[in-house]
Amino acid sequence: MHKLATEFVARGADLELIGIRKEYPGFTAIENLDLHIPAGEFFALLGPSGCGKTTTLRLVAGLDEPTRGQILIGGKDITATKPHQRPVNTVFQSYALFPHMSVLENVAFGLKQRKIEDPMPKAQAALDLVELGHLALRKPQQLSGGQQQRVALARALVNRPSLLLLDEPLGALDLKLRRQMQIELKAIQMEVGLTFLHVTHDQEEAMDMADTVAVMNKGRIEQMGAPEKLYDRPKTVFVSKFLGQSNLFVGEVAESNADSVSINVSGNKITVPKARAENHTGTIAIGVRPEKAFFHEEEPQRASDSNLIGPGEIIDIRFTGVSNQYLIEIPAIGNVTVFAQNVGKSPVVELGAKVWVSWKVEHSFGLADLPANSQTESISVI
Amino acid sequence: MAFAAFGQNTGPSAKAPTKSGRVAWILLLPGLMYLGLFFLTPLFSLIITSLQVPDASGEIGRYQYGFAIENYWLVIESYWPHILRSFAYALAATVLALLISYPLAYFIGVKARRRPLLQGLMLTLVIAPFFISFLLRTIAWKQIFSNESWIVNTLQSTGLLAGDQYLVGTPFMVIFGLTYAFIPFMTLPIYSTLERLDIRYLEAGADLYASPATTFRKITLPLSLPGIISGTLLTFIPIAGDYVNASRDFLGSTETAMIGNVVETNYLQINDYPAASALSVLLMLAILLLVTFYVKRSGTDDLL
Repeated sequence: MHKLATEFVARGADLELIGIRKEYPGFTAIENLDLHIPAGEFFALLGPSGCGKTTTLRLVAGLDEPTRGQILIGGKDITATKPHQRPVNTVFQSYALFPHMSVLENVAFGLKQRKIEDPMPKAQAALDLVELGHLALRKPQQLSGGQQQRVALARALVNRPSLLLLDEPLGALDLKLRRQMQIELKAIQMEVGLTFLHVTHDQEEAMDMADTVAVMNKGRIEQMGAPEKLYDRPKTVFVSKFLGQSNLFVGEVAESNADSVSINVSGNKITVPKARAENHTGTIAIGVRPEKAFFHEEEPQRASDSNLIGPGEIIDIRFTGVSNQYLIEIPAIGNVTVFAQNVGKSPVVELGAKVWVSWKVEHSFGLADLPANSQTESISVI
Repeated sequence: MAFAAFGQNTGPSAKAPTKSGRVAWILLLPGLMYLGLFFLTPLFSLIITSLQVPDASGEIGRYQYGFAIENYWLVIESYWPHILRSFAYALAATVLALLISYPLAYFIGVKARRRPLLQGLMLTLVIAPFFISFLLRTIAWKQIFSNESWIVNTLQSTGLLAGDQYLVGTPFMVIFGLTYAFIPFMTLPIYSTLERLDIRYLEAGADLYASPATTFRKITLPLSLPGIISGTLLTFIPIAGDYVNASRDFLGSTETAMIGNVVETNYLQINDYPAASALSVLLMLAILLLVTFYVKRSGTDDLL
């Protein structure tokens, strides 16, 4: 389907935000944001609603003005320019397709404004790119949600902006269509080579599509990096909760050697490699992903390369298709979640069974902050 | 039909009114009876009257049934300047009302959106004149612009008006009065479409390289067209038939008489009922024709 994409020239530009602050009457949406997105990258800004991610996007598009700070696109300061003067196009969350124009006129709108030659054939080509060429003369409201989304994408892409902004454009689609659009979006981005800034609250979407993910919380970027890195080694409680699920254990550092530190949680020793821990002294939180933990019906041998806690009791089993989620209550520690693939008999153990939980020390991660209630907790989000 | 312009949705109507047909007719009955009693009957009576011929006795105000189609030619011959004037005044006042109302409606419906208090206050101010009788307000304007008023004195002393020129009785004054009286009928329908205008369309316009002026022309204006059509129809139709503002007792003079004034004179003073009726029927037909043409041209069917 992307044969026409070759017409688009790779000319994405890098985006730089320097010391951005945005205040609204009564609250501060963005405290102090520094961000650099290299040209041609698919960058996702991930966070819960109200974290400032959409505000960031609106500032880049020029729909809002920052209280202070600078916005640079391709090295050029555009902070003071009006939205229609910026080399940026947006795919809006609501699509915002003009209801009084045909699909083709919608797509040609930006080209006509910039007095580009042959706007109609170019708009038609962009519609063909998103496989909607045959619906060019329809009105937007005659299309399905997924088709409208693709029209919005074509309307933005046809202008070959230096930077394409995506404001949760897939949020309104059902799961299957969303998956399909994610794949198409990613394919188009790779082919046209534009810089994409994608704002989303869907962690799977961000990890699936983006080269770099920045997790945003309360107007700040908590952590930024490749999706695999963020998932493997979250640095804050928020990131460990928001990207996937985590079991967190809080305790005083009891042992420390050249390679690792161990905390004492109600008599259980939990170890993390020093290289994977933010803090090496005092009270720290150590976490592990539920799919990296295993349970044992008989107490295993203690080994130096793994953490072992228990015994506890299985208090809840949830079937999720490919895996089961087991919730294990361990006295004096709290609840721990373990995912087990459904490769054989399911569930592996019955409710109420006595089990031990273990995981490799190398799978532990030490966080920079502590959970709000400062107790061991198993966090299940979304 | 012209009145479809008032509806928001002119799309295909309901499909098969089979079972619900009888219920629909029963529900429609009061409305149909009302229309029959208060619209069709007087209309029929009006047409009959317009074709009457003078009574054999020759007494003033006495007529008998006939088929005097020449009544129509006679009134057109005598009163064509009044008919033209009516539509010229109506056009001028409608355009003026639109020019004043649109920015006002835009401010109330779009700019004041985040300030509901200001929005409510301004809407109240638009409607507030209705709390005072229309006649009283028109008389008030007559006082304000009277020959002895400081406004006229000032205009005369600055040379904008000659020493023997006044405002009351001029076309300017009549059009002013008409515009003033019908501004709320223009403002409210435009406000109601602009109030629902999705700001995100304007943001999308700006995002797609359209300057604020272009965004207004290409997006805001077309999307508020239903309100503009409703507003212009709600002002143009009653203005064309208005007889208060142009009357000598209010803001006009014999030189500003509109078709309504002529109908009034023929009915109440000369007692020439067929002529007055023929004029009324002509006014109705002319408005119907103009409005149909206007609605067709503006292409409201294309909207949403």
